[in-house]
Parts: sequence; structure tokens; C-alpha cells
Amino acid sequence: MENFSGNSEIAARFGDLHPPLTAQAALLEANRCLNCFDAPCMGACPTHIDVPRFIGKIARENLRGSALTILDANVLGASCSRACPVEVLCEGACVLHRYNKKPIEIARLQRFAMDAFHRAGGRLPLKSAEARVEKIACIGAGPASLACAAELRQWGFNVTVFERRALPGGLNTYGVAEYKLPARASLEEIELIKALGVEFRYGVEIRTQADLDELEQDFDRIFLGVGLGAARRLGIPGDEHRDVIDALEFITRYKTADPPQVAKSVAVIGAGNTAIDAANAARRLGAENVAILYRRSERHMSAFAFEYEHAKQEGVQFLWRVIPVQIHADASGIRSLECAQARVNDSGVLEAVEGTDFHFDCQQIFYAIGQSPLLDLLSSVRGIELSHGRVLVERVTGLTSNPKYFAGGDCVNGGREVVDAVADGKRAGVALAQAFELFTTEDTESTEKGVRT
Amino acid sequence: MTPNRTDRQDNGKLGNPRPNLAVNFAGIRSPNPFWLASAPPTNCGEQIMRAFDAGWGGAVWKTIGEPVVNVSSRYSSVDWNGQRMMGLNNIELISDRPLAVNLREIAEVKRRYPRNAVIASLMVESKREAWHTIVAQAEDAGADGLELNFGCPHGMSERGMGSAVGQVPEYTEMITAWVKEKARAPVIVKLTPNISDIRVIARAAKRGGADAVSAINTINSITGIDLDTLTPRPNVDGKSSHGGYCGPAVKPIALNMVQQVAADAETAGLPISGIGGIATWKDAAEFILLGCGTVQVCTAAMHYGYRIVEDLIDGLSNWMAEKGYSSIEDFRGLVVPKVTEWKHLNLSYKIVAHIDEAKCIGCELCYIACWDGAHQCIHVDRVSGPEDGHVELHATPASVEAVTRASITVTPIPKLDGSANGHGATPLARIPRVDETECVGCNLCSLVCPVENCITMVEVATGKTAETWAERSSGECAAPGREG
Repeated sequence: MENFSGNSEIAARFGDLHPPLTAQAALLEANRCLNCFDAPCMGACPTHIDVPRFIGKIARENLRGSALTILDANVLGASCSRACPVEVLCEGACVLHRYNKKPIEIARLQRFAMDAFHRAGGRLPLKSAEARVEKIACIGAGPASLACAAELRQWGFNVTVFERRALPGGLNTYGVAEYKLPARASLEEIELIKALGVEFRYGVEIRTQADLDELEQDFDRIFLGVGLGAARRLGIPGDEHRDVIDALEFITRYKTADPPQVAKSVAVIGAGNTAIDAANAARRLGAENVAILYRRSERHMSAFAFEYEHAKQEGVQFLWRVIPVQIHADASGIRSLECAQARVNDSGVLEAVEGTDFHFDCQQIFYAIGQSPLLDLLSSVRGIELSHGRVLVERVTGLTSNPKYFAGGDCVNGGREVVDAVADGKRAGVALAQAFELFTTEDTESTEKGVRT
Repeated sequence: MTPNRTDRQDNGKLGNPRPNLAVNFAGIRSPNPFWLASAPPTNCGEQIMRAFDAGWGGAVWKTIGEPVVNVSSRYSSVDWNGQRMMGLNNIELISDRPLAVNLREIAEVKRRYPRNAVIASLMVESKREAWHTIVAQAEDAGADGLELNFGCPHGMSERGMGSAVGQVPEYTEMITAWVKEKARAPVIVKLTPNISDIRVIARAAKRGGADAVSAINTINSITGIDLDTLTPRPNVDGKSSHGGYCGPAVKPIALNMVQQVAADAETAGLPISGIGGIATWKDAAEFILLGCGTVQVCTAAMHYGYRIVEDLIDGLSNWMAEKGYSSIEDFRGLVVPKVTEWKHLNLSYKIVAHIDEAKCIGCELCYIACWDGAHQCIHVDRVSGPEDGHVELHATPASVEAVTRASITVTPIPKLDGSANGHGATPLARIPRVDETECVGCNLCSLVCPVENCITMVEVATGKTAETWAERSSGECAAPGREG
């Protein structure tokens, strides 16, 4: 694994939100599963993990088979088991909800199977023994690229992943709350993909047309798994202050560098899942007073309901219908965030209500109001169509309007979950392999064998 | 003290008088029909007195005879779907305590608990004098009844005792007759199930003069093999031996054998003490409905302790009150005549499956069970349009699943996508439909459905008069050689 040791203070403050199941508990929970046919949980999972199958294998103590069932659908099965918002995915779809029963704890069972697989030194299986000459480049080492790279490598292709940072994993390593997915667990999982023979190049930033030209020369196809770009700034007076911090950057810092100093009182602007992760982290790192400020009401927030509930339990306050107006600071640092009450005017636009200004006393401000697309890179790709900054692709294959390029993950969907990126990457990997007629050859061979015997 | 819970509680919940559970079994009086079977829970007087304190009506003492030496590592079990001890297996032999100690304790228990039934289980070598001696000893100690252990399937059978006797009708009859020459107390012959037709041995016991039988003893078994060490269970220093199987898993086998003895013309009226997987009051009620006058429990007491008798008594009393039965005799044997030979079943009777849409949770277990395990007449076509008729018209399970696997799903973002989850009503697309024209009424779907009363089997009028196979094959329309 890369030079990454983690930090004991972070480990202590960010213990598992959902602790692992013991073997006996896993067996009991696995036996509760009804083993539905055409199970709704499988349908609800973007990677269509065959949930009843892997759970049944836990119940029958076939843990290796269980993990391989998961990995067959989702090569990042370990991180997804920890990071997925299962309340709106597999567990949300569990039919037991309709029978006045607790849904099956699918995520914890999945983690149980994956932990056992990692402990036993399991390796990802190859899907073809034949070595291929084709070379594919994946830009970005986040979940989409990892899934695409693993799939292609399993079919025997040569894959190189280019990553601008020092560690692979993208948001899995740098951006998911540590109590859900520790950076270490993300990196451990990626070791399996490396062991397949995928090549990783770190500290390589692909940005210009010249960079792309070079890649196009060396590689047969290119997968864009570049994610999103910089966070949108607040755009109010005082937002240049050094204690006005990109929430994602704050999360990255505490996860992979020394724990940052957190002020006594912190304002978090935005009400998405990143805002909540940052607010919870600020509380766990010692902030006494953490408030999430959002310009609309509770029901408009983009965070999941269970994330909202969790934040309240962590002691985060919420201020609704509040617009930040100005940041006040003096030589000692930020003094307050001036805000106004928000209302929707007659033309449907949010505006500050005059005379409602108040000061929220804080010394640090995190902003999480969305990320901009990586326009400078994406606009350098010849013939690639974008819409609202997102790469347009054929959904089933991830093929862009430039036949040399495939794309998936946040740069395509505008920012969803790890599991969505994995699904995109895998679909692209399968499509690429098919494009090189791999499956056709395989089918012919097996048919011929069948005839001969 | 002999607490008798049925006496203590005067009125049932429904206003009916509290039923009287007291029984007179072949002359043995017991405050209730719940006896502990001859087994580890009845190994010594101290245990049996605690069991009586808990409410057990009687106890069959762990088999006495010439003391044996037991091995260490005696039990193994079969777990099922995360539940422990669906079936239990043992290779423990009869009592390994000195005979004199057992006899002294029998006397002590009877002195302190005169109203509870104490039955001595006996096993000695197949000699008339040996049996006469042990019978006299047990009766002198005060045993209310004698149970002859002709059923133990392990260890003792290798020495010509236990099931070695119970598997041969002539031996069973002979030894029973020896015992009856001497015995004043009622004699119960315990039957082994390790035989092709249990009625043959029951008849032999009756011919020998038995006052009652008890059934069934444990079933020969190997519970499993440790797949790490490749050792059968229970592991006795790397080896095992065939043991006696019991517990919930054996109940259906025991019910069948009990019914066979109860319905047999030769043994009709012979009291039966039911044994085999009884753990709850419902189990007990079933054995009594098939003719048993008392029931014996072992595995459940080994699993949870003597305290389980509280609900055996309470549950059975409540059920009896609800049904209006005031004594065990009121319902004993009622179901015996309802078990018949197949040829007497009504071929004109027809039921079909009915799925309650409001209760259906959409697991589709009935669908796959019907397709792969039954008659391909449950379909998931409520949205695509129902199409009754033969299999070829319908989507196969593989094609149904393929649609899901090929679909593209994304994580819903609350304010953009709303929420799609299992909290709402079951979507119509997931509620299966029964093609009643094809349904043969096999019951399988209603058995696999996890929701109580969601799938019910509904009788449909066929317009045909009732007719059995016996009637049909004796009449002109008989079709010999057809499947049956």
C-alpha cells in the first residue's frame, strides 16, 4: 500500500458508525433474509449485486463465494458496503418493510463478507486467461475509473490509471466521512485491483489538449473518470479569508493529513451530504458550536433524511431559510457571518428579506454548495459533447460522442454516490471489452469446444 | 410439595371452567399429561424433584439396570437456518449410577411427591430372572409404572439389549411376558422407530401383555461431519458412533408412527405415551389428538430447562378452554380416523391458491416455487397483462430476472428523484397472480409464502360428486395401471 499510515487521533474520534457484525450475528442476520426471487434489493442497487445470493452464502458459511458474488457485480464491494446510502438503495427496497419487520442489514452483511475476504488474502479473479494487446487509459483513480480498470484488466487488457493526487481512490479515499469509510479501508481494497496488474501513475495531471494528444497516441481507448472540479465559492464579501474553507478540502485534510485545527464555533453553508459530513467532522474534532445554514427549508435539502438525523445526533444545529451576506473579520480572524432571512419572491427567485440581518458568531466557515465541472479538461477533448458541464454518454456503454472516449461517474452524472460511479465504470469496462470483440471470440471458442466433446 | 398449576388456576380466560389436565394412563395417575422422557433430564432424584416443582406431571427415570460406563462427548445436533438444535443426537447409554442409588432416590421422590407419576425405565440382559429381579426392585422402591426400554438404538443394542429386543417381535413379546409375570404396576413397552413397520412390535408387546406402549424412541442417525477435521459428530477421540436422533426434526415421524399404532385394529385401545420432538403445547395437542394419553418430553427440556412445562400446561389449558374441552379424554384420539389410506381420499375435491394483494410483500417466492417446484401457474404479469394458459405463453423466471439485471438504476437524490423504497405499498408489478385454470392446488405457494394468510387455498366447486380412488377402481370407469 502507498505510504499512508493514518492518524491515531482520527481513528479514535471517527470510530465506525456501523460496527462490523460478529460471525454469529452475521449468521443470524443472514438467515433472516427471505431470499426473494428477482429481489428488489438487487434491482435497487446500481451495480445489481445479487444480494440474496451473497447473503445466502453467508448463511451457508461459504464466505469466499459470498465475497466473489459481491465482487463480480461491484469491485468496490467493501467501500460500498460502508459508504452506500443503503436506506434509499438495497435496504430501502427490502420487502420486510412491508411486513412490519426490520429490513435485512445488507450493508453490514456485505462488509462482513468483504472483511473476511480481505482477511483471508483473497484476490480478484480473472475473467479471461488470454492476454490482450489493447491498451486503455483511465483518467482519475476514483471509483468509476477503478471499476472500469478492474473489469478490463480481468478480461486481459492493459490498463493504466492516471491520478493527479498521491493516493488512489478519489472521493473514496479523500472525501467520505471517516466514520463511514476510513481512508485505509479504501486503499486496502484498491490493493486488489493493483494485484490484478492495473498500472497506477500518481501525481500526473491531465489537463490540456497536448496531454490528451499524447494519451491518444499511446492508448487505444480512454476512459474519463475525472469527477468534478473546484467547489463553488460563496461569492460574498470576505470569502477570501483563509478560514473560509472548502468543506471537501477540510474532509480530505482530516482524513489524509494531520487533523486540522477546528474553531470553537463553525458555520457550514449548504445542506447536502458533504455539508453534513463536514459539520459532523467539525463536532468530532472539537468544535462546540456547529450550525448548518441553508437558504431553503428542510424539505429542499439534498442530504438524505438519515444523514440529517445523524447530524442532529452529533449535535449539529440547523438554520433554515438563511442567506449569507458578508463575512466579518479582524486581525484575530473571522468574527461572524452576517446573514439575512431568505424568501422566494414573486418571480420564484430566492432573495434576502431587508431588515432581517443578523450575525452568526463563528471563527470558521465551511462551504459545501456544490462543485463546478472540470471544464478546462473536458473542453479540451475533441468532439465530446457536454450538457450543463456534464459529459453526454450512451447510458448502457458510457460511450461519449468521441468514439475514442468513454466516461462515467461524477463527470457524467453531476455528482452521485460511489456505487453509481462503480456502475458507470463497470458498464464502460464491459462495453469496451465487447467493443474489442472479446466476448465474441469467447463464445465461439466455447461453442466449438462443445461441438467437439 | 407437588404444585399442580391446573388446580391452582380456577378459571380460564374465556370464562369456561379451567380444564382439568389430570390423566389416568393405564392406571398411572398424573396431575397432567406432561412427563419427562427417560433421558438425561431424569438422571437423578434431585433433578426430578426440581422438575416436579416446575410443574411436570410425571417423569420416566433414566433407564436403570446394571450400571454402564459412558463416553465423554455424547451429544451432537443439527442446526437449521441459524436456529440451534433442530435435531439432537446422543450416544449416552443407560444410567451409569449404581442401581441401589437409583432405587433409593426413586423411593425418596415418591415419598416427597406422592401425586406425581414416577415411572422406572428398565433394561437388563435378556434373562427371565434378571427381569424379575429388576421389576421387583423398581416396584419395591415405589415406582408407579414400568417402562421397558426396548428401543435404545446405540451401544446397548450391541449387547443384545435395547433395540436389539425391540426390533424382533418374538423377543419383545417374550420379555414383556416375563415382566408381566412379576409386575403389579402397569407395564409400558417403549417402541423403537428403527424398524420397517412399528405396528408389528406394538402387536407383539400387546400379545406379551403390555398395559401400554410409548413411542417413539430415538432414530438411528449420524448428525454430521466436521468438514475441517473430517470427523463425524459427536467426536469421541477422532471417531463417532451411530446415535439416537430426537428433537423437533423427528416429530412428523413420531406422529405418523403413533397414529399407525392408534389406528391398528390389533392394538386399538392400547394406551400410548407419545414421544418425539414435543416442545410446545401445540405439539402435545397433536400427539393427544392422534391418541396419546400422555406425552414425554426430552430435547426441549435439555435445551431450555424444566421451565418450559409452564407454557405446555398454560397453552394446552387455554386451547382446551377455547375449544370447550374439559379433560384430556374429551379430545384424545379425535384425529385418528381422519388419517386414512390415500385410496379413500376424495378425488373430486379441488382447491386453488389465492393471493391476498393487500398482504403481499412482493418477495415472489411463490412465483419461483411454482415455476421450478410445482406446476408453472403463478405469473408476474399483472402489468404486462394476464395471460392464462400453458407455460409457453409466459415469461420464464430467467427472463424476468434478466430484465432487472439489464436495467439501469441510480441512487435517488431526495429532492430530484423522490424516494423509491419498500416502505410504500407493494408495486403491482411485484404481486404474482395465480392462473386458476392451471393451478392443481398443491399448497406449495402457501407453504413458502412468508406472510401469514397471504396465500390461502380456496375450495372451488367442481360440480363432480365425491369419488375416491377405491371407488373409482372398483367401478367400471377403473383405469388400472394409471399413476397412483
